[in-house]
Amino acid sequence: MSFLVLNALEKTYPDGTRAVRGIDLAIQPGELIVLLGPSGCGKTTTLRMIAGLELATGGSIRLGGDDVTLLRPSRRDVGMVFQFYALYPHLTVRQNIGFPLRAAGLAPAEIAARVEAVAARMDLARLLARYPRQLSGGDQQKVSLARAIVRRPAVYLMDEPLGTLDADQRLAMRELIRAEQLASRVTTIYVTHDQEEAMSLADRIVVMEGGRIRQVGTPAEVYDHPADLFVARFVGSPGMNLIPGELHPGVGPGASASSGRDPDREPGRDAGPFFTARQGRVPLGGPIPPGARAVGRATLGIRCEHVHEDPRGSILGTVVTEEYLGNASNLHLETAVGRLIMRTDGASRRERGATLRLRLDPGQVSLFDATTEQRL
Amino acid sequence: MSVASTERVAATERAAPFLSLAGVSKRLGATQALRGIDLEARADELLVVLGPTGAGKTTLLRTIAGLEVPDTGTVRMAGRDVTGLDPAARDVALVFQNFSLYPRWSVRRNLEFPLRAPGRNLPEAEIRRRIDWAAEILKITRFLDRDASRLSGGEMQRVAIGRAIVRRPRLFLMDEPLTNLDAKLREALRVELVELRRALATPMVFVTHDQAEALSMADRIVVLSEGRILQTGTPREIYERPVSPVVALQLGQPAINLVPVRRQGGAWCALDGTPLVPAADASGPAERLLGVRPEDIRPEARETDGPPLGGGQAGPGEALVRVVEYIGPTTTLLCDWAGAHVHIVIPRRGSLRPGDRLRPRIDAARAILFDLDPAQARGVPVPARLLTEPPSPLLPSPGGTA
Repeated sequence: MSFLVLNALEKTYPDGTRAVRGIDLAIQPGELIVLLGPSGCGKTTTLRMIAGLELATGGSIRLGGDDVTLLRPSRRDVGMVFQFYALYPHLTVRQNIGFPLRAAGLAPAEIAARVEAVAARMDLARLLARYPRQLSGGDQQKVSLARAIVRRPAVYLMDEPLGTLDADQRLAMRELIRAEQLASRVTTIYVTHDQEEAMSLADRIVVMEGGRIRQVGTPAEVYDHPADLFVARFVGSPGMNLIPGELHPGVGPGASASSGRDPDREPGRDAGPFFTARQGRVPLGGPIPPGARAVGRATLGIRCEHVHEDPRGSILGTVVTEEYLGNASNLHLETAVGRLIMRTDGASRRERGATLRLRLDPGQVSLFDATTEQRL
Repeated sequence: MSVASTERVAATERAAPFLSLAGVSKRLGATQALRGIDLEARADELLVVLGPTGAGKTTLLRTIAGLEVPDTGTVRMAGRDVTGLDPAARDVALVFQNFSLYPRWSVRRNLEFPLRAPGRNLPEAEIRRRIDWAAEILKITRFLDRDASRLSGGEMQRVAIGRAIVRRPRLFLMDEPLTNLDAKLREALRVELVELRRALATPMVFVTHDQAEALSMADRIVVLSEGRILQTGTPREIYERPVSPVVALQLGQPAINLVPVRRQGGAWCALDGTPLVPAADASGPAERLLGVRPEDIRPEARETDGPPLGGGQAGPGEALVRVVEYIGPTTTLLCDWAGAHVHIVIPRRGSLRPGDRLRPRIDAARAILFDLDPAQARGVPVPARLLTEPPSPLLPSPGGTA
């Protein structure tokens, strides 16, 4: 049984703006769900409706079996975490962590017990009497997370909580949140526009755009099998290589004769389906999806790490720009099918203008309908 | 991005320094912003100045532009001393982080503005030609008659860059121009800027705190900290051979693993005794700091039946997986290993899960040993937290109170 269920949830503002246009989502207990999308996609509005900070104009929200759609925020057992604010310098760690409980008017004994419990779980017990300035950067982050989660509601709602931190802090905090969530298994809904943050944190990602859900899936599903062109572009850094062209279901052994000596030609593969774009031709490995046969015009998608250098590859690429990233390089290549990005290990430098033969891993190709932009 | 007409710089001139700073120091109020900067930018290169907030990056850029006059030292351009020259006489173009367009003006008027500056006297046809040229390169032709205030952040920054290129300056100065843009746009503009600069064959000094921008865009990187240059080199040189732990930490995401080590029985060992890499010779200091990039550790000899998170004890030399971060082409593991928290980057999502145990192996040829003393002698102390605890503490702690 799902724990939190959004059913046809909608939000239309008085000025007519339709921020959320019918969201259906079932969340299991203990899941970490990330709502991912660009600004204006409706992710924050959805979160605020779950929190009760905005009222839905359509649909319903069920939490633990109860309809909470119209309940006040305080009557829902949810905890909203906006940002990991700086700690209060004049308060001890104990006072900092207990601050939200004091603000909520809990009895001192109850506050003390809860602070002790969270501090023990997060290995902060020995630091409770200290002041923030006496802590390392890492311990300060732990305290700010402890303060954010000390209330132990049924659901944590986090709205871009890492927004103001610098890159290193974000990475460390991300790991803290993931480890704490794995240890406590409190259901968490986390909003971000940062696809890398979403990939690294989520059990499941909900990709949103224009007030609608584009795809729900595990990070691997969303990354490897994007539901449409928007998801293919938005998820991944860089986004998927997308090549508009035409799909050919394969027309028999003579099909490749016109292109002369075909390096990809192997016994039994001549009859296989292939894809053409501009002057280029990409052999497709397995059978193409049933729905794709009649399509013709389509867009081929391939992740940069599935573009390989291969002396027998059928596509010739010229290096335009190398983006060195330390542990890898993205080579931007001009090819007969258009511009492609190929990921390499970064150890060896590629000169601009160098030409290489490329193979697109046929098992990793995504195909999209050119008109509907949906995955085929 | 293609450029129609470009005055190509002769190959010989391209290798010569166009810009050179010698002994430049600048004090701003109580802060010594720049301390004896020596720097050269070649006639056809993109030089990235990388450093955290407060390193002196913007002051350095303003000094090159002529907006600040150095207390000591000289600034030379194309062999000529310009230290005392005012900004207009230097013929450089500055692009800032916050776009700085005139919001109520059209894009066209914003672009024309630098060309209509007093004393330029460009013919109308030439102004029009240059604006059409810049608009086409930057793909802003369809916005030309729109008010700047109606543009998105990315479009505004394109216009700001356009305003810099229409002038055909001798040098581009960029102060974190991509910082306020969203991730997808940054990614695209990074490559566009590199290709644009190359097509214009004009040198560029690009200031940023973003290590990914520095690595991916730079021909050479200057690492700046507290007003001093710590290292200058190609992105590969600095990433693979950083001169100090401070420089090493500036580049790479996740950050380099830094582990205090001691020489014991022919190996550099972690403080808990785990041997990490062979010790080539027995001379020199017996205690050092080992730097290992996360991708230079192989997670070998995996135990498949690892206990769940927090419940297990890793055996001697073993690592316990704490967090598995799947981010597309790579997966980052955070492990407890050798008494430290260590990041390992593996090429693709495996079946590894929190609680699994590994027996990691370091690619010794790519590991870096730092002397602790020279770093401190240069006034660049290793941050204390790195020596006393791992960079990103986790919960619950290994064998802790959880």
